[in-house]
Amino acid sequence: MAGTSGRLKLALTLGGLYLLLAALFGALAAVLWADMQEHERLVLLAIVMPRLELSILIILLAWFFLGLIVSAIYRAYVMAPLTLREQALVMVSANPGLRLQELGAPEIRTLARVVNSLAEQREALQRDVEARVREGRASIEEEKNRLAALMSELTQSVVVCNLDGRILLYNNRARLQFKALAGESRSAQDGVLIGLGRSIFAILDRHLITHALENIQQRLARGSQQPVANFVTASRAGQLIRVQMAPVLGGQREAEAGEGARAFAGYVLMLDNITRNFEMESQRDALLQSLTEGSRASLGNIRAAVDNLLDYPDMEAEQRDRFVGIVRDEVAAMGQRLDRTVNEFSDALKARWPLEDMLGEDLVAAAQRRIEGRLELPTKVEEVPEGLWVRVDSFSLLQGLSYLAKRLRDEYDIRELRFRMAQAGRLAQLDLIWSGAVVGSQTLLAWEIDPMNVAGENSPLTLREVIERHGGEIWFEREKASHRAFIRILIPSALPQETLDTAPLMQVGSRPEYYDFNLFRQTEESRALDERLLSELTYTVFDTETTGLEPSAGDEIIQIGATRIVNGRLLRSESIDQLVDPRRPLRPEGIPIHGITEEMVAGQPAIDKALPLFHAFCEDTVLVAHNAAFDMRFLQLKEEATGIRFQQPVLDTLLLSAVIHPNQESHKLEAICERLGINVIGRHTALGDAIVTGEVFLRMIPLLEEMGIRTLREAREAAERTYYARIKY
Amino acid sequence: MSKRILIVDDEPNIVVSLEFLMKREGFEVAVAGDGETALRLIEEKRPDLVLLDIMLPKKNGFEVCQAIRANPDWQAVKVVMLTAKGRDTEVAKGTALGADAYMTKPFSTKDLIVQVRQILDMA
Repeated sequence: MAGTSGRLKLALTLGGLYLLLAALFGALAAVLWADMQEHERLVLLAIVMPRLELSILIILLAWFFLGLIVSAIYRAYVMAPLTLREQALVMVSANPGLRLQELGAPEIRTLARVVNSLAEQREALQRDVEARVREGRASIEEEKNRLAALMSELTQSVVVCNLDGRILLYNNRARLQFKALAGESRSAQDGVLIGLGRSIFAILDRHLITHALENIQQRLARGSQQPVANFVTASRAGQLIRVQMAPVLGGQREAEAGEGARAFAGYVLMLDNITRNFEMESQRDALLQSLTEGSRASLGNIRAAVDNLLDYPDMEAEQRDRFVGIVRDEVAAMGQRLDRTVNEFSDALKARWPLEDMLGEDLVAAAQRRIEGRLELPTKVEEVPEGLWVRVDSFSLLQGLSYLAKRLRDEYDIRELRFRMAQAGRLAQLDLIWSGAVVGSQTLLAWEIDPMNVAGENSPLTLREVIERHGGEIWFEREKASHRAFIRILIPSALPQETLDTAPLMQVGSRPEYYDFNLFRQTEESRALDERLLSELTYTVFDTETTGLEPSAGDEIIQIGATRIVNGRLLRSESIDQLVDPRRPLRPEGIPIHGITEEMVAGQPAIDKALPLFHAFCEDTVLVAHNAAFDMRFLQLKEEATGIRFQQPVLDTLLLSAVIHPNQESHKLEAICERLGINVIGRHTALGDAIVTGEVFLRMIPLLEEMGIRTLREAREAAERTYYARIKY
Repeated sequence: MSKRILIVDDEPNIVVSLEFLMKREGFEVAVAGDGETALRLIEEKRPDLVLLDIMLPKKNGFEVCQAIRANPDWQAVKVVMLTAKGRDTEVAKGTALGADAYMTKPFSTKDLIVQVRQILDMA
């Protein structure tokens, strides 16, 4: 296009030039002609006329060469820059890899070369920047993943909140712990109240948190190196939780404000269920008290009796016998008290060393790894009862086991070692079994007091100390019938741990969705939900299964499924999947659709119990459902009976689909999924449908944005318009 | 006229010894096995001194002591607390509630007699 316009310009320029020349020569001729005498004109005519053709030819030739020169100059100084200009524009905005052609006059060629080398430099710089950004991003991503992995592996519950008390991160342990805690008092679904962007105050008393924050602030102001606060709180079911709070210090403001006023952006809470520790403490207290007070009383009785016996030797025989009887009885009572103490409180007495609860299988597996790995001694497991928990200092005990294995291998040439565990009252037996060689009790005794040394690792402990640490015992025995021998170690067994079900972690896939640091930047600003972007709102996507289609005719909700969308992510791990007892018979024709039977709903909470939970789950979010009007109708009909009102804004994926694809016939969930390329699995359970609806909704947000629908208000208005359009139709 | 002593304790094994001891030392002795009986006997017998255990059925020693000090007619009654509770907090409480002496079991009977005589100005 530039070429044609350039050529057109050239033609116009040439035409203009020719016209100008013609006009100038014409004018010259006219002036000369007018100035000439009659005879001069005749002479001129006589000279020119016979040579007219020649003259015109010469003039035309002159014009032609003139044209060539002008065109060459034009090409070199005008056309070439024009072409270069276009190429340069492409380079700047579209294709940085393009280079200018070397065209036109030498000066212009030089210019093109300079521009090309600049472009070269620019491209190199850009590549460099991109590479660095990529590197930076990769390392951030890696760190995030590492952190997430770390968090999910921690055996301590960790929750991170911003200053508003919104949860930014929590680990699986925390979720399970809260679930276990809440499960004792209310519905087992209560654990879902922990969730990204949710308020920690739903779980922990606001005052405790505020108080702890003040403590930390004071410590920070004093310049304390460890500004941490501790507090203990009781759950509704009376479980004791010890909470340690540490501040998350703000990045930039810290630098600005200097040491004195380090601002913090949030806090980390580490939670421990110390109920059992506490019980043990109380037990120990009770033990001490029973020992001191009980003994004091008995000793007091004995002493008074003995004093009397000594001080008044003249007393009657009968009186003397009474005092002697008191001494005998009290001594017997003290003996019994001591026995009882030893039996009942031995756990408490010996639990001084901080022992951890461990599953027997895990202990044996760890011992196997260690012995096989470091000593290259094959091992086998004979029997470990399922669910046998022991209370051990696993580090020193594993050292002890490897040490025994090493001495057995080195001194008795043992080829294979087998493990066996069994429960024995309040104790657990751990046996190391081998066949053949007999180890004398004296030998074992010597081993017990030798310093432990395994594969270059020296321990300051002896085996005896390890056993004492556990309040255990160790001895050698022979199984004569099978020509085998074993060393038996007694260690304390523990009550089964709260069985924190780890299955929910699996359903989520590889990456746990338990953290969202972008929430750090979110503040509690009261910008009306209506004006906020669809992409930044928090949603509860839900679905219900019902006995039938007519709530006004007595149909009831039988299942509620819900999940959350926070910062554009569907959080499947934060979900509700609750069956509800409709307190009326199910319609047989509905059962094949929802797959819920009478047996399944029997014993489930009724709607007046289930609804408050769902309401709490939805707090501060926008509700999303497919054909929301249907579900909302059921919820609204319960308002009066339960006193629970759902006043959150509601978005309907069915209506939004009609906004996006007005010319499609079907807006059923399946049809939308097919259009948007979403794989449907697990439909027709409330939670399954809620998850699918959530995925559909997430795909819709960018499509709506393309149509200029960006805020909640715009989405609601657009949906309303389609709704009315459909009604009229 | 011999001084009257009320022994309040629910453990017969100490009561036997104390009763014997006090009688041999020339006191007139009454015994109560719980807090309520103690208060009734104080009203009836007006003892000069009460040997008071803390762990008692019905009303504990602290309550009995408090009741004695609350009654204007009984201001002359001396109270010696005898107890297996050796914690300093409890000693402080007993003294604060008006006990004249506090003895922790096991005590020597000689010390007890010395204390009792001192309190009753018989030394």
